[in-house]
Amino acid sequence: MKILLVDDSRTIRNIQKNVLAQLGFKDVVEAADGVEALKMIGESKPDMALVDWNMPNMDGITLVRKIRETDKQMPLIMVTTEAEKRRVIEAIQAGVNNYVVKPFTAETLGEKINATLAKAGMAPTAAAAPG
Amino acid sequence: MDVRFINPFIGSVKNVFKTMLATDIIVSKPVIKEHDEANADVSAVIGLSGDASGCVVLSFPTRTAAAAASKFAGAEMDEKNPDFADALGELANMVAGHAKANLEGLSLSISLPSVIIGKEHTVSQSRIAPRLSLPCDSSLGRFAVEVVLVVEKKPAAVNAAPVPAAVGA
Repeated sequence: MKILLVDDSRTIRNIQKNVLAQLGFKDVVEAADGVEALKMIGESKPDMALVDWNMPNMDGITLVRKIRETDKQMPLIMVTTEAEKRRVIEAIQAGVNNYVVKPFTAETLGEKINATLAKAGMAPTAAAAPG
Repeated sequence: MDVRFINPFIGSVKNVFKTMLATDIIVSKPVIKEHDEANADVSAVIGLSGDASGCVVLSFPTRTAAAAASKFAGAEMDEKNPDFADALGELANMVAGHAKANLEGLSLSISLPSVIIGKEHTVSQSRIAPRLSLPCDSSLGRFAVEVVLVVEKKPAAVNAAPVPAAVGA
């Protein structure tokens, strides 16, 4: 399973990569904004994406709407500092499957990823026994 | 500046550093910072706009900034590392974002972070407004969270009558 990380902070992408590695997901591609992400989706065909909200060039909510114009299935998790209820509702209406508020613990992020995959009928088979 | 608007920043910096850096923060009594007072070596700045305008600044001495960035990134780094500013900018982003969700009655947007590196520099704002500095102590060293918030629109009442300006002006 290939997972796309979209966040303008390389530090956050590295933290997310570590969490994914602990869950057994090693096939990860990265983008620093929505524009890069759309290009990456076309080239790499990821199975799932974690998307930040506030990014340069194209923000996460715009990216989610663009993805959903053509792909209703790919699980999308918004991982953002935007914690207000109205923002969560806006993201769900745009088409995200789950929502993680920064700051997050590795456990919280891992649980949300597994729950999202399970609900999408994509058993986290890549999650071979974490070390 | 309304005291209701300071407590969310105190809670936020404690939460962010505890969750992402496993570090407890002790926040001392806020002080008003003079406009031209310079004491930061590294400043991570987030702008605020919407019902209020202003900024949030994480203001570090170099050593504390390096310790915080290293703990956050999980790798030793100093100000020459290309990820140094990224890590501190993201910390500021989290502090501002978490606080804004708890600023009752105000609908705000946050900017992308900017990080300024330079010995004892000054971060000035274009508008005259009191800047509150929250002194923070931690095992990583001392730093400050500085907040400027000018309300553009009267916040919606939440549970109580509006609290009059308690600091500054």
